[in-house]
Amino acid sequence: MKRYSFLSLSRHALANHRGWGRAWRKAEPKPAYDVVIVGAGGHGLATAYYLAREHRVASVAVLEKGWLGGGNTGRNTTIVRSNYLRPESIALYELSRSLYETLSGELNFNVMFSPRGVLTLCLTEHELHVMRRHAHAASAAGVTAFMIGRDDIARKEPLLNMGAGARYPVLGALYQPRGGTARHDAVAWGYARAADALGVDIIQNCTVTGIRQADGRITGVETSRGEIAAGAVAVAAAGSTSEVMRMAGLDMPLQSVSLQALVSEPLKPMLDHVIMAGAVHGYISQSDRGELVIGGGADGYVNYSQRGSFAAIERTVAALVELIPAISRIRMMRHWGGVVDMTADRSPIIGPTPVEGLYVNCGWGTGGFKAIPGSGLVFADTIVEGRPHPLAAPFGLDRFLSGAVIDEHAAAAVAH
Amino acid sequence: MLLLTCPICGLEADESSFEPGGQAHLVRPSAAQARETDASLLRDYLYMRENPRGLSFELWLCRHGCGKWFCVARDTVSQRVQATYRIGEAGPRHTLPPDKRQ
Repeated sequence: MKRYSFLSLSRHALANHRGWGRAWRKAEPKPAYDVVIVGAGGHGLATAYYLAREHRVASVAVLEKGWLGGGNTGRNTTIVRSNYLRPESIALYELSRSLYETLSGELNFNVMFSPRGVLTLCLTEHELHVMRRHAHAASAAGVTAFMIGRDDIARKEPLLNMGAGARYPVLGALYQPRGGTARHDAVAWGYARAADALGVDIIQNCTVTGIRQADGRITGVETSRGEIAAGAVAVAAAGSTSEVMRMAGLDMPLQSVSLQALVSEPLKPMLDHVIMAGAVHGYISQSDRGELVIGGGADGYVNYSQRGSFAAIERTVAALVELIPAISRIRMMRHWGGVVDMTADRSPIIGPTPVEGLYVNCGWGTGGFKAIPGSGLVFADTIVEGRPHPLAAPFGLDRFLSGAVIDEHAAAAVAH
Repeated sequence: MLLLTCPICGLEADESSFEPGGQAHLVRPSAAQARETDASLLRDYLYMRENPRGLSFELWLCRHGCGKWFCVARDTVSQRVQATYRIGEAGPRHTLPPDKRQ
């Protein structure tokens, strides 16, 4: 890996940047690895990186049926925050958020983490009560997120419709000052480049078609590019998780639905924060390129096509036009969808499975991007130690049996 | 947009006139069954879902029509609706000719 630095950038600039070479190898699959990770999204790549870096695992492969970061990691609305309700959730998301603070330096790749502040607007009395609980939960967990009033909100975001005639008046907001955004593709590429430099093989265009076991223990995977033996198999396949786990004979409590997003034409800076409006299912922020990045509620029915329906877009944009009238004439440039795996409690599933040597990390639903660094860190630890990392332990698959579910519907914000 | 026809009142409209209700044909364990087995039976009923890439059988509410629930057989990749039918009727299996099946 050629390190990026002021010196190296200057030197390469003299040759018009033609001398960098590949950011990661085009690795050929080997016959066997210590750990095979299924899915080269942010979570899979981060896991591979921490396996190699923190745990010095000698041989790791990440298998990806498409192109790395081409799933939900490349399709999200780039928000990073940790303003959840349950202490278990806050711990995990705050670990991740704090890793984002120094991630560019860690990976030697600019992930453009921008802690511009997240405003979770309260548009009903009920939301005010709910977000106050979140503020107290944050305080109890040592995370800075607190309630602010109408005057503060109006000062922070003058384009918000705060008038008496607003359909849903802004009553207050939960404000997380060190939440914000990061460049989603850069997170995937940064982890891929750093993992590859540590010897991880990233194998794209390689679909896992079967999971091999013997005596209740994992032995490897079958893929479109041949069989690969593995000491452990870790599935981080988001919307495709149910499919992959069925190859090991396991059912999952997941529903893969479409979550859509759209971006506008580039505009001069007009929104300084991430603005989320749960009651009307719309949220918006402005990227560093000036594009308004807009998202809303998930489409609500199982959908693997990575395309949503126009009805969802219409509802989202209608809500945001009411909230920020200035956007009513802005042209939308691009629109897409992902396949998000939703759990009944809107919390992820991380940990071992009934099959020895098989681990799963999924169920992040509409909120996986913010969790990439933390998730990768605890998942790598879980795989190496053969037991859940303490921060991952509450999110085991067995919680659906014990009843110890972790309900984060409110924290999932717009996309319940 | 998904176009659905309610099998009960005949309303033919796009999905914004209906509401999705999750997987169809779930069999709720009786109180006796729940008592006699371990929690896994109830767990499966509450949480485990097919989540198919392909033919899916699901419930939908005819919200802007008769207000009743009905079943839909739909492909989750192409979004093609194979059939809509009443609760209690058996779901169709491959009513499309082979060349049109996903």
